[in-house]
Amino acid sequence: MIALPWTDHLIVAPIILPLAASGLMLLIKERHIRAKRAIAAVTISAMLAIALVLLHGAATAPAGGGAAIRTYLLGNWPAPFGIVLVLDRLSALMLAITSLLGFTSSLYATARWDQAGPRFHALLLLQLMGINGAFLTGDLFNLFVFFEVLLAASYGLLLHGSSTPRIKAALHYIAINVATSLLFLIGMGLIYAATGTLNMAHLAVRIHAIPDGDRMILDAGAAILGLAFLVKAGMWPLSFWLPKAYSAASAPVAALFAILSKVGIYAVLRVSLLVFTPGISSDAYFASFWLLFGGLATIAFATIGVLSSKTLSGIAAYSLMISSGTLLATIGARDGAVVAGALFYLVSSTLGVSAFYLLIELVQRGEIDDDALAPVTEPVFDDEYTGAVEGSDDAEIGVVIPGTIALLGGGFMFCALVLAGMPPLSGFISKFAIINGLLGSSGAIPMSTWILLTLMIVSGLAILVATTRAGIDYIWTPSNQAQAPLRISEAIPVGVLVAVCLGLLVFAAPVMRYMEQTTRSLADRSNYSSTILQAPRVQSAGDPL
Amino acid sequence: MEIVLAIGIGVLTASGVWLILRPRTFQLIVGLSLMSYAVNLFIYATGRLQIDEAPVIEQGAAVPLADPLPQALALTAIVISFAMTALLLVVLLASRGLTGTDHVDGEEP
Repeated sequence: MIALPWTDHLIVAPIILPLAASGLMLLIKERHIRAKRAIAAVTISAMLAIALVLLHGAATAPAGGGAAIRTYLLGNWPAPFGIVLVLDRLSALMLAITSLLGFTSSLYATARWDQAGPRFHALLLLQLMGINGAFLTGDLFNLFVFFEVLLAASYGLLLHGSSTPRIKAALHYIAINVATSLLFLIGMGLIYAATGTLNMAHLAVRIHAIPDGDRMILDAGAAILGLAFLVKAGMWPLSFWLPKAYSAASAPVAALFAILSKVGIYAVLRVSLLVFTPGISSDAYFASFWLLFGGLATIAFATIGVLSSKTLSGIAAYSLMISSGTLLATIGARDGAVVAGALFYLVSSTLGVSAFYLLIELVQRGEIDDDALAPVTEPVFDDEYTGAVEGSDDAEIGVVIPGTIALLGGGFMFCALVLAGMPPLSGFISKFAIINGLLGSSGAIPMSTWILLTLMIVSGLAILVATTRAGIDYIWTPSNQAQAPLRISEAIPVGVLVAVCLGLLVFAAPVMRYMEQTTRSLADRSNYSSTILQAPRVQSAGDPL
Repeated sequence: MEIVLAIGIGVLTASGVWLILRPRTFQLIVGLSLMSYAVNLFIYATGRLQIDEAPVIEQGAAVPLADPLPQALALTAIVISFAMTALLLVVLLASRGLTGTDHVDGEEP
């Protein structure tokens, strides 16, 4: 038997590793929190390393052809029939962001949040598994399955620390997402009925040979499927659940949820670029029309939301919606250069929002009672340990680091600038790349592009106004309460995210080159399809084929 | 056959949609269950309706056959919606216990 080279098995590792680790954690009693933390730290560090290796592989692959597209045939069935994992430049990029956010959230949670309820680390790892799977899968049905995995884990994480507001928010969140999953299934069923396949690569080939009579079924299916993705992405008017759910979540969970709406964006981008090939029919125009105007409406709504938010978590949630809206509108505007800028913006805004969620809890700590941390419900599991965790007394005696407020204030300002897209930080460069792409396309610039530009700039200004106001309230105004101690394990994650944002700024040219290559390979549909459909099987001795 | 299935899916979906728009959590959960039944039937129908046909056939055997893929999809979808319903039920009970009301907003209007 000729085995695969071990590097090929790395493609499946981002799914297998967290699944195995979280299964292992369920066997350990809840009071051995240190063992769980150690397992989580090792697993997530390994995932981060693997994601970086895969990202490096994708970045150094030759630009043309299918060199950057790697496939992994689960069960060794040939591509359109079996389940196939696909790693291309876009998935490698998303895997890296996911692992980074998982790393920072998990580290941040060890300061105190992982003791607020049972099974935090196991759920976090399952969440990462679902997100990674959604980025890696090559067919629509497994996209659905991984969506369900990540949603199921996100329900658990949202409920973590079960207080009344959290349960209220989670009830809405779960109901909306269960209904959305049904829409996903309906859309997928219609697409299967029209094309007879669910493999995305196969779909891109089959779509050229659809008889006119079935075209309407396909269009309806794609529209319903798109609706399901847009609920996840948080497009207005499908996004009223988002601010409430994200504000109710505990800080490390909300920081990880920053990537969840991007999973919806990823799915929209992947499916619309692959399936709605311009030139076949009016579908492409139909989809981009709704994305553009839906995105514009989302930015407008979220801009008003940011200005009217009274809480920091409200500002963060509406900033997230602004970033979703900007991404959807730029994908709808459909231009190679614009998608490259949009991907840069996606990375920068996701990291910015995530860091912001971590920071606001630190900033507000003096204002909020610690009651929020104490579980209000009785233990659910027999081995659930609600008393003090052994050894945690040492950790509780945190020293008030001199200049804590300066660190927090600096971080807060940094995040605000990244989110608002003000120079000189990465938010500005990515917005500049989008605007440059929008204006650089040849021919007359349509009215909608001008509206998009105006909204992008106005929304940045709104974020700046809102964060300045909140910053004055929370950081500048002297508080009569003693500043709560800032732990190292809380400062490092914020520092890491901020450092990566700075890295995006310093290495903007290579990052932008990677995004441009990603865009080119996304646009090359026939290459994507042929690479996946001709993925070689592993030959073994007694194999008849 | 087609008309019976179509009416069945339609009635289940319509009842489900009406129920999830109601204000009580129990109505919500029954509505979501009905909708998931409708969706499972719908997925099943996307492989075209065949009566008394084998889903997996020998090489060279005569068509028609019952498409096996939608059956596999429906099976997975059933398992997932079952798990989600169970989870929602727990959250619903927790919400009832903490807020003292079965209104979906956690408070009486």
